[in-house]
Amino acid sequence: MTSFAQKFISDWLSGLGRFGLLVAESLASLFTFKVRGRDLVYQLYYIGVKSQTVVLVTGAFTGMVLAAQAYYQFHQVKMDTATLALVGVSMCSELGPVLTALMVAGRVGASIAAEIGTMRVTEQIDALRTLATHPVDYLVVPRLLAAIIVMPILTAEAITVGIAGGYTVAVHLLGVDPTYSWHNMLRYTTIPDFSIGQIKSIVFGAIIAVIGCYKGMTCRDGAEGVGHATTEAVVYSSITILICNFFLTLLLGRLFHII
Amino acid sequence: MIEVRDLKKSFGPQPILDGVTFKIEEGESLVIIGRSGGGKSVLLKHIIGLLQPDSGAVTIDGEDITHMDERNLIRVRSKFGMVFQGAALFDSMNVAENVGFSFRRERKFTEKEIAIKVAEALDMVELPGVEKKKPSELSGGMRKRVGLARAIIYHPSIVLYDEPTTGLDPIVSDSIDKLIMRVTDRMKVTTIVVTHDMRSARRVGHRIVMLHNKKIYVTGTPEDIFASADPVVQQFINGVADP
Repeated sequence: MTSFAQKFISDWLSGLGRFGLLVAESLASLFTFKVRGRDLVYQLYYIGVKSQTVVLVTGAFTGMVLAAQAYYQFHQVKMDTATLALVGVSMCSELGPVLTALMVAGRVGASIAAEIGTMRVTEQIDALRTLATHPVDYLVVPRLLAAIIVMPILTAEAITVGIAGGYTVAVHLLGVDPTYSWHNMLRYTTIPDFSIGQIKSIVFGAIIAVIGCYKGMTCRDGAEGVGHATTEAVVYSSITILICNFFLTLLLGRLFHII
Repeated sequence: MIEVRDLKKSFGPQPILDGVTFKIEEGESLVIIGRSGGGKSVLLKHIIGLLQPDSGAVTIDGEDITHMDERNLIRVRSKFGMVFQGAALFDSMNVAENVGFSFRRERKFTEKEIAIKVAEALDMVELPGVEKKKPSELSGGMRKRVGLARAIIYHPSIVLYDEPTTGLDPIVSDSIDKLIMRVTDRMKVTTIVVTHDMRSARRVGHRIVMLHNKKIYVTGTPEDIFASADPVVQQFINGVADP
């Protein structure tokens, strides 16, 4: 094996180890309630309230385009009134949680990595440690907890506006019968679909927060290091979300007996 | 008492410290001098447990901190205050929040009590009335003073200074030196200063150790060091570049 391959594997394994330790330390701190209310409220505001616009716009236009595409396909087989049912199921279990998570990963994951990365290169994290404060308690846990709390809410909002957008396009723009559309949507969009979306959103929230914090805390020195950490936080979060989504779909589908 | 025993540290293939050994007595003011990139700040970070050595040991009041986990180190670090080279103030907070940070985390005092303690600490560093300012609104010297106020507010028994006068003009450097001496005398703390400013080293140190070629090269009182005929010491004191 070449020395390059050995170094790559060694770096990858040590990175995985550091990430594992950060997750373990975060969970230990989370369950010992070391987080301060004020820090949590600020993160709830920053991650939740400030992500509203991007999540609502994404949800609405996804629902609208999905309705238009579904209508064009269903219309060919005279199933126009199934349009909203497809929008409802897709938004609840797949598109709502995944697109919300990807948008939040871009906005919040990048911001977490940049903020913590800058703190690292300017020795502010070392200063925290000298002031007898564990960086995980102060920096990671409030963000992790806030992301876990706000992601299901943001996802529910995206689903709501997505269905509303889909309804508007299907009924008012494409002329699909509103009563049958609504009836079919309620018939085929079940509680398990919505529950799967909510569980996924909690997992995705944790992924965004932990990867953002990890990339920030391990970033290299200088502006270039912070830039790399920010980019990597978004790329790794997005990829992890998409991969996890596949496995969660299979696992939760079995759990809720819809697969 | 602080004891550093045969400390070795490398970053990748590059050795930084190679068997550093020395002791610091309680109440002593020790200055660590040496060339830039010579490992002074790395040594200081080992003393407070921010870095772990490859081998060797650091003991604080008889307790070996070398292999302590972060939660146990938090307890040991409550004995320390540290002033960073760039002050390392939290830029999302104002001066009062920076200086009172550790008290707010402990939740032992009311906001009113914390405000009084913050004002006292800022008075000590001759910077009253700046509580509401953000770090970005302060000059380099003011940032160092706020960093010192943050480090001494909870009355630590050991204060570490990483290049306290670097980047400051001679007059502000002089005022920082006086401040270090005042804190050492009034609060009866053990002081460790890392610097390559020889004027500052002479003024604030009871004892000077010189780090050279990854080891302690020489130890002595400021008078001994400045009177040394050793060519390496003389070259450093006089600031003469290698031929």
